Amino acid sequence: MTELPSAVRRHRPAPMVRTVLRRPAALVCLAYLALLVLASLAAPWLAPHGPTATDLDHVLTGPGAAHPLGTDNLGRDVLSRLMYGGRPSLIDAAVAASTVLVVGAGCGVTAGFLGGWFDRVFSWAVDVMLAIPVLVTLLVVLAVVGDHQVLAMAVLGVLVSPGVARVVRGATLAVRQELYVAAARVSGLGRRHILVRHVLPRVAGPVVVQVSLFAGGALMIDAGLSYLGFGADPPTPTWGNMIADAAAVTDRQPWLLAPPGVVLGLAILACGVLGDAVRDAGAGRSTTATPPAPRSRPSRSRASRPRKGTSHPPVPASRTDSSPALLSIHDATVALPGPHGMTTVVEGVDLDIGPGETVGLVGESGCGKSVTGRAILGLLPGRGEITEGSIVFDGTELVGADPRTVRALRGRRIALVSQTPLTSLDPVIPVGGQIAELVRRHHGGTRRAARARAVELLRAVRVAEPEHVATCHVHELSGGMAQRAAIALALAGEPDLLIADEPTTALDAGVRAEVLDLLRQVQRERGLAVLLISHDWKVISRMCRRTYVMYAGQVVESGPTADLLAHPRHPYTAGLLASAPGRAAPREPLRAIPGTVPAPHEWPPGCHFAARCALATPACAAAAVPLLEPAPDRGTRCLRHTELGKGDDRDRATAVRS
Amino acid sequence: MLRLIARRLLVSAVLVLLVSLLTFLLQAAAPGDTARTILGDHYSPEAHRLLAHRLHLDEPVLVQYAHWLGQALRGDLGSSPISGLDVGAEIAGRLPVTLSLIVCTTTVTAVLGVALGVLSAVRGGRIGRAVDLVSLIGYALPGFWLALVLVALLAVAVPVFPATGYVAFADAPAGWARSLVLPVATLALPGIAVFAKQTRDAMLEALSRDFVTTLRANGASRASVVLRHALRNAAIPVVTLVGLTSVGLLSGTVFVEAVFAMPGLGGLAAQATTQHDIPVIQGVVVVFTLVVVAVNLAVDLAYARLNPKVRVP
Repeated sequence: MTELPSAVRRHRPAPMVRTVLRRPAALVCLAYLALLVLASLAAPWLAPHGPTATDLDHVLTGPGAAHPLGTDNLGRDVLSRLMYGGRPSLIDAAVAASTVLVVGAGCGVTAGFLGGWFDRVFSWAVDVMLAIPVLVTLLVVLAVVGDHQVLAMAVLGVLVSPGVARVVRGATLAVRQELYVAAARVSGLGRRHILVRHVLPRVAGPVVVQVSLFAGGALMIDAGLSYLGFGADPPTPTWGNMIADAAAVTDRQPWLLAPPGVVLGLAILACGVLGDAVRDAGAGRSTTATPPAPRSRPSRSRASRPRKGTSHPPVPASRTDSSPALLSIHDATVALPGPHGMTTVVEGVDLDIGPGETVGLVGESGCGKSVTGRAILGLLPGRGEITEGSIVFDGTELVGADPRTVRALRGRRIALVSQTPLTSLDPVIPVGGQIAELVRRHHGGTRRAARARAVELLRAVRVAEPEHVATCHVHELSGGMAQRAAIALALAGEPDLLIADEPTTALDAGVRAEVLDLLRQVQRERGLAVLLISHDWKVISRMCRRTYVMYAGQVVESGPTADLLAHPRHPYTAGLLASAPGRAAPREPLRAIPGTVPAPHEWPPGCHFAARCALATPACAAAAVPLLEPAPDRGTRCLRHTELGKGDDRDRATAVRS
Repeated sequence: MLRLIARRLLVSAVLVLLVSLLTFLLQAAAPGDTARTILGDHYSPEAHRLLAHRLHLDEPVLVQYAHWLGQALRGDLGSSPISGLDVGAEIAGRLPVTLSLIVCTTTVTAVLGVALGVLSAVRGGRIGRAVDLVSLIGYALPGFWLALVLVALLAVAVPVFPATGYVAFADAPAGWARSLVLPVATLALPGIAVFAKQTRDAMLEALSRDFVTTLRANGASRASVVLRHALRNAAIPVVTLVGLTSVGLLSGTVFVEAVFAMPGLGGLAAQATTQHDIPVIQGVVVVFTLVVVAVNLAVDLAYARLNPKVRVP
């Protein structure tokens, strides 16, 4: 029922005409078409010469003072003939367009509105009729009835109607299924009332688009038939037979092709552009339910924001062992293009992963976890970029590095398993082929060897019947099977670091456990480091020795997983744990934390969590909070973390221990 | 898959029947008298009666249709009352011209259009705007007018290509190609832009899908992601367009063959229409419909080949 208001709002008698008229291109087109109609109607009074008045002393003159557009091979004035010739062309196009309006749009609305057997017969007939070769059938009619062009154009309208009707039927069906029509029917309004008051106003847009686009085509076909000699008999001018006359003297006066061709071409163009404008206006109306985004970028410029307080020197959460990190992210900030301009979505993230270590990255959806993963791979969407900080992988700085450097790491050193297995594999190529492609890319060798290796990899991720599965397309696999295949794909280059972005979220509970076991097994066997991105504490606690918690683009807390679970040092972590004994479902408001996550362009200058935090003080909102080190190996972005440790957390600690 | 083909063939059979019946009924309803047309101005009533009987004109329309259909199924499309020539032979002689036009145009359109579409999807910017502009021009320019302008420029002003005529491939392959350049260019221009737009949209959609990220993240080359993975996915909607385009070309050939005086089926149809030569135009309609049917079947097969979800083992 929540959709009702928007549906009703869209139905309000649409200012479609006004929306269209506000577009300059549409106005120009309308003005041009109006000019054509006026000029052809007023030709007897306005035209400088008669349409058939010959002047054999001045043939093929070209443009000049006496004849603005020149004269033809009989010395007739081209401008006058153009004006007189517009009348039959425009009448024919109008006849064809009206036929389409009545037959095509009529049948389409009826079929879409009535449904049932009428709709079935209609759809079948449209299928058949769409394959009729239009022009030749039209010629048959002309062959039989003779040069009766108005009738021919009506037939053209009928022949084109199925295509138009199909589009209109689709539009009608969509309107009919909308909530308010259903509601109107329930409330006992008559069918006729629903049709006239609710359906027709909404379908009018698509109908106008179709008819307008077709009118351009009708003008063209009409001129073509006239060119072939099926129109008005000479010397009566039409645009088509003027082109035919011009063609006969191309070698002597090629200019004559220009006036009728340009006038006709522009008329067709005007119909097309007008149709597009109506379509765009329709699209604009239905999507601009929210006010358009302001042009100016809201100033989230980093310079204006004292992110690093000088009184609190930032201390990165360090790993316990002293061996060099495989991946070391320091103070990384990522901006993505959005409705509010380039927007910072990840801010000052510090994160380390040692060789063979599994590290968790936890938080609600939209907090920047996935973007962080993509930033490591250099695969930010759109024109997204890392604006600050550094990402060092195995001694190589990736931020600002040659794209080739990052590309060389993908698959061979760093690999990705993403959330939805069924869409993360190419649907049209068998999974074995995709794995084999990457095997060859990373290790070379023959196609056959790569295929064998692909089957081996599938066996390694415990796929039953790997030879068969290698030949399957992804739609033939179950979710769990597809995710195993996706893991095999990621292992093709024998990477050192696997970024697993919510690898089990889309899977059933039973399959989830199996895939997690598999990930752990693979990690152990191959000494793989894993960055496990998840919103699920169960998954994190089961897999990860250390964990980073993200909130609104920042790492707000980090530390050994067990320690972090037992003694959260940030109120957000505490709230997250309290509200989700098992898991925090994405987009579901957290029970223990009031309010919602602020959107990236709404981040406050101080602590991002302050607005939802029970412990917040004016100091929290005053300035950005750096990452503090409350204990060895722990990090938190909370100024009051000492108070957090005292309260109910002791109870939690005992609860976890028991 | 087999069911799909069977269904398509069934619809096609109905279509051919329907089209031929319609043209037959139209002809029957038309004013004029075929026998009188053949006999000319001076004839005896007896001769008229005999000829009308021989042509089954004295029987009900549906019986006449049954006669025509029976003969057509045996490959006999009758003969022209105007020229006296056998319609089947006439059409068979002209079919290669029209097929050359359609096959060449479809190939040129699809190859150039898809290439432009892929380029503008990957590079965007200027190429994308150029495609938009060309598609507007292609939509608005009447084909026969464009053909005349091309003739004025490239055959009359600068005689690079022949202005009219057709050279059979068997006679001189180079001459065949030269005689096709201008007609094919005329027919291809609007379609190239349509293909480019559709390909660009389909490519952009395909490139934004998850599997592209996964493949790139795991090291697939840019070329492979674009040409092997995204293009194969994008080809599925584009293939449908091949069918629509080549069906639309049948209309275009009527004008273009007239402008370039090519002895093809389109020209034959126009000429037969002028002369009210019903059996000929009827034969052309049936052959065109068969071409449409064949194209649609080919498109269905290609579609199934590209889209594994349609394929049923």
